Amino acid sequence: MAEAVLSIRELVVEIPTRHAVLRPVDRVSFDIAPGEILGVVGESGAGKSMTGNAVIGLLDRPAHIASGEILLNGTRIDNLTKDRLRRVRGKQIGMVFQDPLTSLNPLLPIGEQIAETILEHLPVSRAEAESRAVAALEEVGIPAAAARIGSYPHEFSGGMRQRVVIALALCAEPALVIADEPTTALDVSVQAQIIALLKQLCRERGTAVMLVTHDMGVIAEAVDRVAVMYAGRLAEIGAVRDVLTRPAHPYTTGLMASTPLASKGLKRLNQIPGAMPPLSRLPEGCAFHPRCPQAAERCRKEPGPTLAAGGGRAACWFAREPVA
Amino acid sequence: MRALVSVRHLTRIFDVSKPWLNRLLEGKPKAFLQAVSDVSFDIEERSVYALVGESGSGKSTIGKMIVHLLPPSSGAIKIEGIDLARDSDRQRVEKIRTDIQMVFQDPYASLNPRWRVRDIIAEPVTARGGKADGLAERLLEQVGLSAADAGKYPHEFSGGQRQRICIARALASEPKLIVCDEPTSALDVSVQAQVLNLMSDLKEEFGLTYLFISHDLTVVEHMADRIGVLYLGRLVEEAPRDVLFSDPKHPYTQMLFAAAPKLDGFGREVEPPKGEIPDPINPPSGCAYHPRCPRAVARCTLERPEMRTLGDSRVACHLAE
Repeated sequence: MAEAVLSIRELVVEIPTRHAVLRPVDRVSFDIAPGEILGVVGESGAGKSMTGNAVIGLLDRPAHIASGEILLNGTRIDNLTKDRLRRVRGKQIGMVFQDPLTSLNPLLPIGEQIAETILEHLPVSRAEAESRAVAALEEVGIPAAAARIGSYPHEFSGGMRQRVVIALALCAEPALVIADEPTTALDVSVQAQIIALLKQLCRERGTAVMLVTHDMGVIAEAVDRVAVMYAGRLAEIGAVRDVLTRPAHPYTTGLMASTPLASKGLKRLNQIPGAMPPLSRLPEGCAFHPRCPQAAERCRKEPGPTLAAGGGRAACWFAREPVA
Repeated sequence: MRALVSVRHLTRIFDVSKPWLNRLLEGKPKAFLQAVSDVSFDIEERSVYALVGESGSGKSTIGKMIVHLLPPSSGAIKIEGIDLARDSDRQRVEKIRTDIQMVFQDPYASLNPRWRVRDIIAEPVTARGGKADGLAERLLEQVGLSAADAGKYPHEFSGGQRQRICIARALASEPKLIVCDEPTSALDVSVQAQVLNLMSDLKEEFGLTYLFISHDLTVVEHMADRIGVLYLGRLVEEAPRDVLFSDPKHPYTQMLFAAAPKLDGFGREVEPPKGEIPDPINPPSGCAYHPRCPRAVARCTLERPEMRTLGDSRVACHLAE
């Protein structure tokens, strides 16, 4: 395997509150190789967006990285000063968020915004930056790009805006793109277009992508490997086909079974009893044990094993050994 | 079976013009958006009818008109054979109005944060001067919460629990029809499964009829008995669930099915659908889908297809067979 673009090692994010210190991300480790799309799934509050925000240094205070390392192409980026981080972000890491309208400046024409980003990060002239902006918009499929660089974000539809955001994320040719629910606000037909675009661009440029989503269908179609998060911890990680068809962690099993697609023909959907506990009231032992059908004495006392990058597949004492 | 709801030639037009002074200065005419155009369908008693479509297809507008939150521009909605907007017998209208309830998408926005759960759930009854002693407690247990929750406020509950409270409130007036507008879109998959199961159980128990509005085909396939597909305010296809999913006839329905992510679609390379939903203020001529339709012929650009019956389906396409 080629050297990883992004390596996260034992990442811990903490939020100190008046009563306790919460851990929305707890000892998470994984790698993303060049050209690879890693999907991160989980329910709201599982820590998936928090992990992405930690990588790009956008944690809102008082949340902070308490321990662990984040390496981008072998260089640590979790301890950079604000100024240095600014240069990494945008240049080496591109971002695509759920709502394209809040990622764009409503008062600047889109061509201007892209050219500005290029000028900030690449040593090119203004004219060169502008022609690159047109090329970037053409690449993401904006029709008549040259004529539309003077348009403002509100003049575009939701799908077209998300294309502009992708152009913006990719214009400085980053090594890593973090896409946080990039299609959740879009219709199915537009979602299919955006997913196809992301896959194509990352294949052509060898960009690594961390795709955060809660949609298992999107995961199945778009990603190479998938990480499942539960209550701040990595529950399972592996090749997407293995994880989805032969889940090793009981939580993944339950999550897959509860999608309407998996219960086709059944009168009732399979459901996981209960709900994910809030971070302030995590149970002792494995956080999933109160909802787990296989929970044993050990699960109530000891948290599940911590997954190391490239190591085991499921953070469960009773994980079924994946069939080779 | 008897139709509980029958919708005929339902149309809703919104005036989206700029203020008159702007129109005068810019010399622009009034602008109208036809959100729903000539939609007709029946919902059988004790069945689940689903409306699917992308944003701007008019599905929520139809739902709002059925619960009478919005008056139709033209057309009629009959519930139990009575047109609530035109009937002159006030008592009868009031009686039937209590038979219709609604569950909204966002359980954070649809509960009053300053009211206790007990008062929220009992309101549909007390607002009409009814007695509601112990009603909230009973309903809370029915939707899988505990009677002790009646004294709490909405912020003390999670999204899934709040949606259960919304369902309990909808049940309070013992309705026959519940309009559910994207009831699980804001919920996580595992919570969605719990809420959908609850809705199925309650339907059996109380003999309810649901109008289920959703953009999620997988949820619709699980819940619905009959499905109507909307595009730009018009019904393009309607069929029983199994017929629609095994043999979609309208090119738009086919595109929706092809574009929806599949759980076993590992590395699937789909030709992504072309184009986007057109501007509803200036919809395309003829069939509104023709600019995106791979099969469109000259006739599609000129003539709007009428609804035709084909086997068990109804479809509005010149070429469907």
